[in-house]
This record gives sequence, structure tokens and C-alpha cells, in this order.
Amino acid sequence: MSFERDILTRLGRNSDQSVQALERLHARLVEAALGEDLLDVAYRIVDTPVGPLLVAATPAGVVRVAFAVQGHEAVLDDLARRVSPRVLRAPSRLDPAARQLDEYFSGRRHRFDLPLDLQLAQGFRRLVLARLADLRYGSTASYAAVAAALDNPKAVRAVGTACATNPVPVVVPCHRVVRSDGSAGGYAGGVEAKRALLALETAHRR
Amino acid sequence: MSLPPFEVVVTEHGATVLRICRAMVGAHDADDVWSETFLAALGAYPRLEPGSNVRGWLATIAHRKAIDHIRKLNRSPLPVDPPPEALVLGAEPEVGDEDLWNAVVALPTKQRGAVVYHYLAGLPYAEVGQLLDSSEAAARRAAADGMRALRSTVTRETS
Repeated sequence: MSFERDILTRLGRNSDQSVQALERLHARLVEAALGEDLLDVAYRIVDTPVGPLLVAATPAGVVRVAFAVQGHEAVLDDLARRVSPRVLRAPSRLDPAARQLDEYFSGRRHRFDLPLDLQLAQGFRRLVLARLADLRYGSTASYAAVAAALDNPKAVRAVGTACATNPVPVVVPCHRVVRSDGSAGGYAGGVEAKRALLALETAHRR
Repeated sequence: MSLPPFEVVVTEHGATVLRICRAMVGAHDADDVWSETFLAALGAYPRLEPGSNVRGWLATIAHRKAIDHIRKLNRSPLPVDPPPEALVLGAEPEVGDEDLWNAVVALPTKQRGAVVYHYLAGLPYAEVGQLLDSSEAAARRAAADGMRALRSTVTRETS
């Protein structure tokens, strides 16, 4: 029996070459999947001053941005369930998004120019996100003001929910919506991250 | 219960499928068969029943792709044994244990398949039998014969 175990251990071992081969094969799979229109969700992790961000895109555009505190694994599971299980790590597919995030976090970019896929936000929440795109870099608005701007002044709580469930934070700037008393309020990436983004924008405001 | 992201499937089973491919077509052609296997799997993945035996499913696809590959090389119907050129391992030993892998590749097709699908892919003998067009009992015997042959390789090394 020990022979058998020995054989199986040896056949099951991953050599360094195998690890390299699998990396190469993964890249080849991504290319082939793109060629056959089988890559429904591509993702990569982008390192930023507020921690690693998961960025995911469908062929239509960026569909999800998630902070580490939201649990990247859970977010990928959610994408598999709600968008498509054909999810692959495909860094090159997200080069433009990664570049623009780098520029944003170094203060050189004030507006994202990326196609968005907002399929994960429906109805009123989607209207709120569209409105947030109008909030200027370095400025803030209260939840109440956003509700009023949508001709729905009673929907303050719904605006809060729309911000909290924003599938593409940072890119759609829900961090610019704060409490009426001027305090930051909640944020999917944690209140520290929200304060950091607001401080970054204040420092680079023109 | 829902399907995990396909990336998880590649991460969890990529190495096993590569071993299956190496054993079935040799290291030189294993990359092609691996790629065809995972591309086909990606295409069919949304239709897979959640909770299925993913490794067995991939092994089945890999087996089909390996047979297609061997058939193409041979330009003849399903061979009893793959042709010699399909059996040549790459010049550089991509897998550390070259002698043992050569011994696996040198096994007769049925024994090789039985060892690979039962021991490396973890399929029960009933499913191994289906893949190899034999009965469960024949698959079990082939795996035992295969392991005995490999054991003698190991014994020769150490003596």
C-alpha cells in the first residue's frame, strides 16, 4: 500500500514547471474565451491607497467594483449567480479601468471615462446612480439634496440605500454623498475609505 | 446552491486535468488538449447542474478531447493504443518525476485510463468503465494491473 501512496503522491505533485505551465494555459484560455465570446465576466484586482479593489466587466462595460472589506470571493460568487458563471481572471481585459483608477488615485484624473454595465442596479437605484455622475470632483451633496434633485424629496432613505448598494463605487462617486450635518455617513468600503477619497479629491480640486 | 465562478474551477482542477492530458497524450500535446478541454467546459458550464462532480465532468471532456486528438494524429478510427508519436514525452521533463510519468504513458490504454481516471481524477470505477467502454469490474482490474506495473517501476528504482 505504501508503494501505491508513493506513486500517487509523485504523480499528484505540482512541479514548478507545472505551475508556470498552468499560468500560461490560463492566459491562453482567456484569449480563446474572448475569441469565442465566452468570457461573460472578466475581473482583476487593482492595488490602490484604499486597499485592493476588485474590478469586473462584462462585454458591455464595468459591472462591479468592490472593496476588500466586502469580500472579493463573495462578490465573485454573487457575479456568477446574478450575471453569469463564466467568470475568469483576465487582467488585460481591464487595463483601461486599472489605468484610470491609478490616475484617479494619484489625483490626475477627475472623471472616469469607462463604459458601464449597470445591470446590477435597477429602478430608482439606477436613477440615483445616474444623478451621482453629475456631482463634481471634490464636491459633496447631502442624501436629502440628491433626493430633492430627483424630484423625490421624501426618498432620502432610498438614496442612502442606492449609494450603499452602488455596484460600481469610486467610478460612480457615491462617496460624494454625505449626511446633512456634513459627516461622512456610511460607505460600502468603510467610512475610512470614504474619508480618504474625499480628502484625496479636496487636495487635488482645481 | 449555485455554480461557483469558472475561475474557481480552473484553479481547483487545472492541475488534475493537466495530469490527465499528460498521461493520455504525452507532455508535448498536453497543453493543446488542456486548452480544448477548458474552452469546451467554459462553453457548457452554465448548463452544468449545481453540485455536480466537477472533476468527473472535466475528466469526461478531457478524455473526449484526448481521443479526438489521438484520432487526428492517427487519421484512423479509435485506436486500441495511441500511436507512438502521441506517446513521446517532451524532451524536457516538464513533470519532475520523468521515469514514473514515462511508465504511466507506456501503460496499455485501458490500464493507463483506469489509473488516471480512478486515481488521479478520483472517478468511481463505474464511471471509469463508461469512459473506457468496459464494465466496472474490468475497469477495476485494469487499474489494479496498471498500479502493479507502476509499482514494479518504483521497485526497480529503489533496488
